[in-house]
Amino acid sequence: MKVLVAVKRVIDYNVKVRVKADNSDVDLANVKMAMNPFCEIAVEEAVRLKEKGVASEIVVVSIGPKVAQEQIRTALALGADRGILVETDATLESLSVAKVLKAVVEKEQPQLVLMGKQTIDSDNNQTGQMLGALTGMPQGTFASEVAVDGDKAVVTREVDGGLRKVSMNLPAIVTTDLRLNEPRYASLPNIMKAKRKPLEMTSPADLGVEMTNSQTLVRVTPPAERQPGVKVASVEELVDKLKNEAKVL
Amino acid sequence: MTILVIAEHDNSELKGATLNTLAAAAAIGGDVHVLVAGQGCGAVAETAASAAGVSKVLVAESAALEHQLGEAMGDLVARIGSEYSHILAPATTTGKDFLPRAAALLDVNMMSDVIGVESADTFARPIYAGNAIATYQTSDAIKILTVRTTAFDAVAAEGGSAAIEAIEASDSAITEFVSEELAESDRPELTAAPIVISGGRGLQNGDNFTMLYQLADKLGAAVGASRAAVDAGFVPNDLQVGQTGKIVAPGLYVAVGISGAIQHLAGMKDSKVIVAINKDEEAPIFQVADYGLVADLFEAVPELEKLV
Ligand SMILES: Cc1cc2nc3c(=O)[nH]c(=O)nc-3n(C[C@H](O)[C@H](O)[C@H](O)COP(=O)(O)OP(=O)(O)OC[C@H]3O[C@@H](n4cnc5c(N)ncnc54)[C@H](O)[C@@H]3O)c2cc1C
Ligand SMILES: Nc1ncnc2c1ncn2[C@@H]1O[C@H](COP(=O)(O)O)[C@@H](O)[C@H]1O
Repeated sequence: MKVLVAVKRVIDYNVKVRVKADNSDVDLANVKMAMNPFCEIAVEEAVRLKEKGVASEIVVVSIGPKVAQEQIRTALALGADRGILVETDATLESLSVAKVLKAVVEKEQPQLVLMGKQTIDSDNNQTGQMLGALTGMPQGTFASEVAVDGDKAVVTREVDGGLRKVSMNLPAIVTTDLRLNEPRYASLPNIMKAKRKPLEMTSPADLGVEMTNSQTLVRVTPPAERQPGVKVASVEELVDKLKNEAKVL
Repeated sequence: MTILVIAEHDNSELKGATLNTLAAAAAIGGDVHVLVAGQGCGAVAETAASAAGVSKVLVAESAALEHQLGEAMGDLVARIGSEYSHILAPATTTGKDFLPRAAALLDVNMMSDVIGVESADTFARPIYAGNAIATYQTSDAIKILTVRTTAFDAVAAEGGSAAIEAIEASDSAITEFVSEELAESDRPELTAAPIVISGGRGLQNGDNFTMLYQLADKLGAAVGASRAAVDAGFVPNDLQVGQTGKIVAPGLYVAVGISGAIQHLAGMKDSKVIVAINKDEEAPIFQVADYGLVADLFEAVPELEKLV
């Protein structure tokens, strides 16, 4: 079974992003970049499926600038077999990204597409579902467990009320939630080996997709600041403040 | 301009999130229709019909819609969606599952987690874990949004008298529902509770959460948690508050043994009053707390329970 994993290059999750003074955008100059954490979980799941003998080949795809090769190399070091970078400097909107991924799916014919549930830059949580619509594949979103059995996948999903299990025919799309697995770290020998794994460069145009944009960024502002608070010395003082000052008890 | 709002429900009850989403629709302005899709959900349609500002309720019932699976819902919304100027659903795990699917079928983009309506085509949403608020103008023919319910005050549940109309629903489903494990609780729902008491890794184990449940019951509060507490198995996943969990904005949020990572703050920093109890006076949670108590939670929480 071939598994396709979509990974995005995003800001490192430890970085607190700042808004530019002219409110035109966030300031990403000299900010540490990394693979989106949910995509790391997707890569890890693919590698585990390969270790179990369920997956035979893992292809990693990313859409973005040339430097996103770094994140594909990371995925290769973690155990993926080959990478595809669809190079573009366009502003990435979910629908266009999903259209590019659809073209890659048509070319690669994977049985399973693993994606993150959400990217931590745009916080969209859309692309997997859109790819599902465009390919007609079923979707198991927000997965905390994936069991592949023959031509079916049973996915446990994290939903607002608890957990829900669904069963789907392959090929299918699964988007990962935090509890699906704990990603490993790449070892030094594997990082070296990853440098020799194939990484194909292509572009949206090569795939016959036009990167269109329908959303114009009007402005970016920092969130409302909270007034500085106070430290209380005791539980008694806390209860007194909550009752008589904040009046919330 | 007619707006379609997709109702959040469990076939027997209309969820409050629908009323917040209706408020976002009212802010856009125009005629508002509500879609109730499910199976045996007639009572939900009745409730939706009496919500303020609704002019029509569409009811689609079929076995495939009973569990509101993303594929069947996406197909249905895309089928009727081209008649609308806007399509809105609450940013719940249900709305997030089917609405992007419907958008792609309609060949338009969408915006997730909208917190502000500036005009009929311009909307604000948080990005980067809420460290920035982005305002976008969209040129999409149909504007499709999931709505962050905490950002919009619910419309009145009573006062409307919309017509109810049954529409066709397909019986085909490409995903099969297997089972569900839903948390049963008498406490208020986390995202709508007036008070939330959340615990983190500092609680050390699941048993110690009993302390928080007791305090919550005394205050009529809901209990939440950090990712670390969920990952460690102290509490189930539906308690996670944060960037990638639930968003809450209660009148009072009490963070117990939570350090205050940006991903956690993203889910609670719009609470009216924030209390932090942490033994580390340098913990970042104190930067957003109105009242900070530097203390061992195992002493402070039982004492707090006695005093409230
Ligand atoms: C992609 C991604 C998504 C994420 N999404 C979320 C999310 O949605 N929600 C979320 O919460 N996190 C999320 N996180 C995780 C987040 O980065 C933090 O790791 C997490 O919030 C930490 O949880 P914590 O504060 O409980 O644990 P810790 O950071 O370990 O803090 C525990 C705190 O308890 C205090 N403490 C310990 N013992 C006591 C005691 N006896 N008395 C008083 N205080 C005590 C300590 O001083 C410490 O401050 C996400 C991370 C990633 C990478
Ligand atoms: N530019 C991209 N390249 C590759 N995969 C992407 C890209 N953008 C989004 N994805 C995939 O879609 C998931 C959800 O992203 P989003 O819908 O942007 O929150 C990510 O975790 C990735 O798996």
